[in-house]
Amino acid sequence: MTVLHVNGKPQQVDADPETPLLYVLRDHLKLNAAKFGCGLGQCGACTVLVDHEPVFSCLLPISVLDGRYIRTVEGLGTADRPGPVQRAFIDEQAAQCGYCIPGMMMRAQGLLEHNASPTDAEIRNYMAPNLCRCGTQMRILRAVRRAAKAMSATNEITRRAKA
Amino acid sequence: MNALTTACPTRRRLLATGGAVVVSFALLPRLALAQAGHVAQLPGSLRKAPMLDSWIALDASGRVTVFTGKAELGQGIMTALIQCAAEELDIDPAVVTLITADTERTPNEGYTAGSHSMQDSGTAILNAAAQVRAMLVGIAAQRLKLSASRLKAKGGSVIADDGRSIAYKDLVNGLNLHQPALPASSLKNPKDFIIIGKSMPRIDIPPKLTGAPAYVQDLRPDGMLHARVVRPPGYHARLKKLDTGAVDNMPGVVKVVRDGSFLAVVAEGEFQAIRAMNALSQAAEWEWTGTLPKQSELHEVLESLPSQEIAVLDKGGGSNSNAHSLEATYRRPYEMHASIGPSCAVAKFENGKLTVWTHTQGVYPLRNTLANMLHMQPEQVHCIQVQGSGCYGHNAADDAAADAALIARAMPGKPIRVQWMREQEHGWEPFGPAMSSRIAASLDGKGKIASWRYEVWSNTHSTRPGGPAGNLLAARYLAQPFPQPAVKPIPMPDGGGDRNSIPLYTIPEAHVLYHFIPEMPIRVSALRSLGAYHNVFTIESFMDELAAAAKADPVDFRLRHLDDPRARDVVTKAAKEFGWKPNEKLPQNRGRGFGFARYKNSAAYCAVALDLEVERETGEVRLGRVVAAVDSGQAVNPDGIRNQIEGAIVQSASWTLYEEVTFDRQTITSLDWSSFPMIRFPALPESVTVHVIDRPGEKFLGTGEAGQGPAAAAIANAVANATGKRIRDLPLTAARIKAAIGV
Amino acid sequence: MWRFVIGVIVVLAVAFGGFYAWAWHGEIAPIGRPAVTAFDPAVIAQGAKLAAIGNCAVCHTTAGGRPYAGGFPVETPFGTVYGTNITPDTKTGIGNWSEAAFRRALREGVNRQGDHLYPAFPYDHFTKATNNDIAALYAFLMTRTPVDQRNRPPDIVFPLNWRLFAAAWKLLFLEEGEYRPDPAQDEQWNRGAYLVAGLGHCGACHTPRNFLGAEQDDKALSGGEGEGWHAPALNAASPAPVPWSADQFYAYLRHGFAREHGHVAGPMQPVVRDLQRADDADVHAIAAYLVSLNKLEAAERQQRSKAALEFADSRALKAPGASANGPAPGAESGEARAGPVGYAIGGSQIFAGACATCHHQGGGLPLSRPVELGLSTAVNNPGPRNLLHIILNGIHPPLGERGAIMPGFSGALTDQQIVAVVSYVRAHFSQRPPWTDIASVLKSIRQNAQARTEKP
Repeated sequence: MTVLHVNGKPQQVDADPETPLLYVLRDHLKLNAAKFGCGLGQCGACTVLVDHEPVFSCLLPISVLDGRYIRTVEGLGTADRPGPVQRAFIDEQAAQCGYCIPGMMMRAQGLLEHNASPTDAEIRNYMAPNLCRCGTQMRILRAVRRAAKAMSATNEITRRAKA
Repeated sequence: MNALTTACPTRRRLLATGGAVVVSFALLPRLALAQAGHVAQLPGSLRKAPMLDSWIALDASGRVTVFTGKAELGQGIMTALIQCAAEELDIDPAVVTLITADTERTPNEGYTAGSHSMQDSGTAILNAAAQVRAMLVGIAAQRLKLSASRLKAKGGSVIADDGRSIAYKDLVNGLNLHQPALPASSLKNPKDFIIIGKSMPRIDIPPKLTGAPAYVQDLRPDGMLHARVVRPPGYHARLKKLDTGAVDNMPGVVKVVRDGSFLAVVAEGEFQAIRAMNALSQAAEWEWTGTLPKQSELHEVLESLPSQEIAVLDKGGGSNSNAHSLEATYRRPYEMHASIGPSCAVAKFENGKLTVWTHTQGVYPLRNTLANMLHMQPEQVHCIQVQGSGCYGHNAADDAAADAALIARAMPGKPIRVQWMREQEHGWEPFGPAMSSRIAASLDGKGKIASWRYEVWSNTHSTRPGGPAGNLLAARYLAQPFPQPAVKPIPMPDGGGDRNSIPLYTIPEAHVLYHFIPEMPIRVSALRSLGAYHNVFTIESFMDELAAAAKADPVDFRLRHLDDPRARDVVTKAAKEFGWKPNEKLPQNRGRGFGFARYKNSAAYCAVALDLEVERETGEVRLGRVVAAVDSGQAVNPDGIRNQIEGAIVQSASWTLYEEVTFDRQTITSLDWSSFPMIRFPALPESVTVHVIDRPGEKFLGTGEAGQGPAAAAIANAVANATGKRIRDLPLTAARIKAAIGV
Repeated sequence: MWRFVIGVIVVLAVAFGGFYAWAWHGEIAPIGRPAVTAFDPAVIAQGAKLAAIGNCAVCHTTAGGRPYAGGFPVETPFGTVYGTNITPDTKTGIGNWSEAAFRRALREGVNRQGDHLYPAFPYDHFTKATNNDIAALYAFLMTRTPVDQRNRPPDIVFPLNWRLFAAAWKLLFLEEGEYRPDPAQDEQWNRGAYLVAGLGHCGACHTPRNFLGAEQDDKALSGGEGEGWHAPALNAASPAPVPWSADQFYAYLRHGFAREHGHVAGPMQPVVRDLQRADDADVHAIAAYLVSLNKLEAAERQQRSKAALEFADSRALKAPGASANGPAPGAESGEARAGPVGYAIGGSQIFAGACATCHHQGGGLPLSRPVELGLSTAVNNPGPRNLLHIILNGIHPPLGERGAIMPGFSGALTDQQIVAVVSYVRAHFSQRPPWTDIASVLKSIRQNAQARTEKP
């Protein structure tokens, strides 16, 4: 039995410790967002956050995740209450088939947690590991910029409220 | 009549009438009309399924259910179809439930392909909704004892001019939709549209972005098992020997399924299935029965194969080949759909019946072909479309469904999920065919094209299922294999390899010849826009070559040959929004390019203007500003149109700059994103702007594939403009551009 | 006594005067930028191939910048020198340099104005180039697109930023003059030796340097450093388990992958990319010369190869999920076990989950097929630096190009886990002694990466 901390909750998982996180998220925890794209760490469809870092969950055995905090799209918000990154992607209609988008959103979330106001070049470079076949990238860039603005506005409000 | 009855199951008729059996006054004349051959005159897909209850159902709770035989592929079709229904029914789109492609619930609209969905299904739903609205108004008129002219539909009710109103839900008791549609509908005046023509957020996006089970990959019926297929090492390999001893005892393994050279393993856990697949792969011994052509000689090999000659166009006098002042050959390699999520299907075989959840583009054709492969009746097979990753044409979706069906049949009662691996999708999907084209033209003394001769060579652009099972990959490797069915060219005006081979430009003498090559050394089928990508790339590249010969600006030169006012508008709009100045000279190494086409010469018009920079030392292209204009007729969801064209431009840029299927003499070698690179974020254009020219009241024009060709040509023209070198072989890789530039 | 003092002063003054007189170089008169047509296209083409072998673009181009316009930071122990603009821009580049000025820069390390250049510019190698080759390079560079981009002044620590120190350095370490062929060797060998020692300047990274930053000639090509990576020995000291053959050198330099050694990675990637444009014969010549540096009897070469291949095969995973042969997790080297305990999992487990998907026999895909780790140079190097770089950041081809991809694990694995898996890989796949400095090297790489990303 391995204990994984997923989206703020400890979860008991009965799987071979060598099993990549992706299959455990999808099949054991029934979390749909992280997707199988290549299983090779080349496309980013399976991207989740581990301790603020975007990682390819298809290549990460659960054995290395003890005491580490995993976040997936399901932890960002819900359909009724989407998180700021989800809100921005919905507002920009930044999806076609949408299959790559959960991975995109997790990488964007990772970026914005490291760098609250990235430049366009920084966004493009940071997002480079993730592929989109529908060609939705221009909208994804807009969504990341929109999320950055929204998040810094929220941070500003919080900061003022504290002050 | 047979078609009418099979298209509308009884169950839905009951649903539609709320259980009440009411014979409408309109029924008899309608039936009479249908029998009198008016079906052929019905708009859109009503021709295929004329009964109104095939399309629309209302219930006493106020819910409206709309049925379409088309599938959501990420192109936003669900939202646009809901907009059509809501507009003509005068209801809030939120009360509409849309049921998509399902062989037991929806009309048979064939494939969701060829940018036909709005033209076919959109038109059918729009008209059916208008007719249902008229019927509701008619029933209300009887109830209120007023003439129908004093009533109007609004917000889900029929409202009388005396202030009385009746909600639709209170009218369904008198409504029988089990009757054929009429050829003419009283459609709204487009200027009264309140839903159509306004961007509506796509209904499928929020669930996809919040982790809902939106894809076939996300299905987990109780008791489901995970399967993986072991494909041969190449097309021409057959299983010679197999020792499953090492696999049978692996953790979680439930069964190894073998039928001839079709090999699969079923396990309880997904990762267990993957490990077992790897072990099974190592336990298998294969023998080779043939080879692939040499990639370096590919086009020569294809052109030397026997071909069927199709005269596509002969306009004006006989062509004298010597008279042409300019001539060139263009080529494209095999291109890949390369879906970001490999194909997947879930199947269950129980009590002699097979149910398949699949991301196919055509549930009915797939049903027929699965039935053929399994020696079952089509009625014993139920295909339900569930979304997958974007397919852009005939990818491995149907093949995965066939795999799942074969495995499920071997394990009755168990839902079987088959997920293809990345290298299987890359290696086994049917590619977009390699093509070549030879074009020659001459100019008259006034700088206009006098004559034009165009030849194009291509394999078929459709090996889709629908007929015999040989079009399903697994079927060809069974112990009793199904042969690849003979292929036929797709006739014009849609065309396959000759799609968009006729220039839209006005040319006094023009000849177009299609060399259709039946033999396929590499597995091919439909890829977004089919032959249009290559033909538009050729024609539009060559238009720039001719413009240069005529010392004309490329945009002016195009306008000189365009009579269709809507084509002119699109070209002018793109040029104006881009800031195209005639004969402008750009700084060194910068170039601008233009591309235009009307998709299939019958669907949406699209023009693309862009600029870019070529790094002379490396040949690397940096895309700059991209501006497009599109006329899709009556725009239903303008943001949906923009999304499609933006996507087409970025995808086409990736095809055009980087992509090429590679192979050695045995097998495909472009099997992942390292051997088949596609565009990544840092290489994107600086900006992409799409201008939609709305044409209220005009027919819907399919848009999904309209951008591929114009974008490719605009890039090629801009590279030529930047470097002074014309590259006619796709893709325009950095190495190829550098080689053209020289030191 | 005062006489002695004066004498010393005079001697020093004379000596310094002499040195100064030796060190002093006048300005070479500027010229107008020659027209492109002033050069023979064949000579320009020859220059392009030589520039590729010389990797000029690597140090004279910033990331994402215009080729040859300068700006790339070359880190040295004494500070950072930035590659200069060598496009033919007359204001900011070398557009007003005559061929004589260009030749002097390559031969003597003096710019057109007469200033001594820091030896980060490897004139200690370029001095060996022939006049014809220098002329060809000149023709190539003078026909590039001029880019108006000012040079960034070097950040060299005081007082070494005084350019006369560069002159003094040359007095000690620069042996001026063209390469002299070894008559005992054949033409191909001499061509290879000329390219390696001259324009190719392989020693700039692959030769260890002394405390003054000069290459130690007696240890030529026995392993050095470049851009924070270890540059492995190319001679008999090579860590490669299978001795390099000419074919393998050729495959590596031409295609970036040598089956018996590994994929090109790190700062060697742009070198190999440039070599694609070199003449095939030159790449073969370089390979032939490099092989000769490891003088092995044929029998011994064969025996060592066979043993190494057998060992690598014995340790390789046959399939993902199959248990590895050889030392079980218990054999993991000291460091992994010494780490803080708690849920300390073994490197072998991490390897099985994170690495074995590709790193098993027959694993990976055509272009990304991994080397047998038992043969990998990175695994057999004297230190863990390169393996750590690869595990942290992976291997990636240039945008849009076909080439091997290995994903990086920098965010995926904790430091402790990286140390564990590296220890395991070394213990399991190599017969060499365990590395004892994995954690400290890892820390320094992580800190350096941090510093680099914080730069604008």
